[in-house]
Amino acid sequence: MGIEEKLPAGVLLTTVEGVVGYFRKASVWPATFGLACCAIEMMTTGGPVYDTGRFGMEVFRASPRQADLMIVAGRVSQKMAPVLRQIYDQMPEPKWVLSMGVCASSGGMFNNYAIVQGVDHVVPVDIYLPGCPPRPEMLLDAILKLHHKIQTSKLGVHKEQELEEQELTALESASTSEMKGLLR
Amino acid sequence: MTAAVMPLAAGELAAFGKDPWWIILIKAVAITVFLLVFTIFNVWFERRVVARMQHRVGPNVHGKFGLLQSLADGIKLSLKETIKPKGVDTILYVLAPIISAAMAFVAFSVIPLGPEVSIFGHRTPLQLTDLPVGVLFVLAAASLGIYGIVLGGWSSGSTYPLLGGLRSSAQMISYEVAMGLALVAVFLYSGSMSTSEIVGAQAGGSAVDIFGVTLQLPSWYGVVLLPSFLIYMIAMVGETNRAPFDLPEAEGELVAGFMTEYSSMKYLLFFLAEYVNMVTVSALATTMFLGGWRAPWPISLWAGANEGWWPLLWFLGKVLVFLFVFIWLRGTLPRMRYDQFMRLGWKILIPVALVWTVFVATARATLSAGYQRQFFFGIGAVVIVVLLLSFVYDAVAARREKAEEVEREEADQVEFDPFAGGYPVPPMPGQKVPGLEPAAVAVAAASAGAGSADSSGGAGAEGAGQQADSGEERGRG
Repeated sequence: MGIEEKLPAGVLLTTVEGVVGYFRKASVWPATFGLACCAIEMMTTGGPVYDTGRFGMEVFRASPRQADLMIVAGRVSQKMAPVLRQIYDQMPEPKWVLSMGVCASSGGMFNNYAIVQGVDHVVPVDIYLPGCPPRPEMLLDAILKLHHKIQTSKLGVHKEQELEEQELTALESASTSEMKGLLR
Repeated sequence: MTAAVMPLAAGELAAFGKDPWWIILIKAVAITVFLLVFTIFNVWFERRVVARMQHRVGPNVHGKFGLLQSLADGIKLSLKETIKPKGVDTILYVLAPIISAAMAFVAFSVIPLGPEVSIFGHRTPLQLTDLPVGVLFVLAAASLGIYGIVLGGWSSGSTYPLLGGLRSSAQMISYEVAMGLALVAVFLYSGSMSTSEIVGAQAGGSAVDIFGVTLQLPSWYGVVLLPSFLIYMIAMVGETNRAPFDLPEAEGELVAGFMTEYSSMKYLLFFLAEYVNMVTVSALATTMFLGGWRAPWPISLWAGANEGWWPLLWFLGKVLVFLFVFIWLRGTLPRMRYDQFMRLGWKILIPVALVWTVFVATARATLSAGYQRQFFFGIGAVVIVVLLLSFVYDAVAARREKAEEVEREEADQVEFDPFAGGYPVPPMPGQKVPGLEPAAVAVAAASAGAGSADSSGGAGAEGAGQQADSGEERGRG
């Protein structure tokens, strides 16, 4: 609704952050979106053995308007990239992206003209999950880490402060080209 | 205009309309809160039960037994960004979910939840209000709720929601008729359309004398009027857009149907409306067919079962049974195809409901005209025998037709040359590839003309039935 974003910084906002974070992580609805073999592992994660339903995540919404999490499960072809971006744009804030598998994260073994070399070229990624394809246990682990991230995420003024700090540390830290020797 | 109040017979609904304003306020707030909390419970209940049916565990991490799950869903949805797509008709787009949710709540106001109780020393029935046409009011409110779905689908300015909304209106029109007709028999038996009186009418069973043997009839209309009950059960699933009739929001075809463009709070309202509607039709089914808040048999032996606040518990129990059936259906059945669904409504439910209504009306009329029950049972037996004979005739005719068709097909069989055009092509339906044919099929096809009349049980003579039959024969051959 947006009221929670307009609270003044302090104890009240911290408390609201905690409660909102809890309810948000307790109800992360993924978009129905599978691209390749990783999608099979994603479906298995929703099945009887691994059961993401325990965390309230069995609600795969077909409409991106009602989804919170986009699991990019598989390699993203150049042709799919605009579609993927559109689905991301149609999701309402707050939304998260999980780049599942090495292809979605970095292009993986498809080092060619047809595949986007990492989905972070197209959408901002919250958590990268390696593996080819990752096993359901790994996806569950990534989801739990994402839950932690959602729980500890900031709101309103606190969020602005956090972003500013991140910007500063990024500016001060050495860029990759400046790293020499073992640092690189 | 004179303040003409609808005249009521003495004693009819006498308990209503005398509450002070604060009692009415308490009741209204209590019903709203009850429905909200019950919805939260229902969402959790549904997800746990469906999970069990799919050999999963279901929500169990957030809160004890995962009970916070649906609360979290609600709060998360209301905290999400509100999106208004570019092409929408703003006013209707905002109004639609509100209509849907409000009407779902309104319908519950005439449902009797219990007998007269004492609230702060004031005697009052556990029901917000009652009308001489209470049941019609519930049906009307449920129909108005569909406006929300249709308008939501139309105002979204997108194809999928529009199709979802149209499906919903067609579904509503088809199944409302069957539902209304199913309820007519209850009105005929209870002599009233007010919900509290229908519950009252199911209080005591009547004794019936069949050929000198006295039988104690059960008092629930669900038993006495079983066909009505079954038709209502099917129609209520169609009415609430639940699986296997969830065509307006069919994922595989329409993304999310009428809700496709809705997010956050407005989506939450649609979601809420669906679950409250489920509770409302279940409560109506309880009231009309399962004796309302009155205690079921083993409990009813206890003298105090139908007094005080206890009946609220029996009522809740009966509603929960219906809700479980809803979830059970969703966990078990695949979605019906649209034409199958319409055929079920118009060609089966409505005719059956019509015939049944006429039957009940005739029975009531003959009995009240002083004819003996034996006479009526005689007529009933004749009707049933005639119906059975017609079914047998249909079955025999269908088999003969099928046998003739097989013969005709065999006569029409043209020699098929797969290499006629220079390269191999597959045979058309009815054509056979010479030489390639397995022996079993040939035997089955040859014996089909003579054998089908006594071996296959294709009385329904439907496509699926025929396929199953021929497959069976092939397996046997």
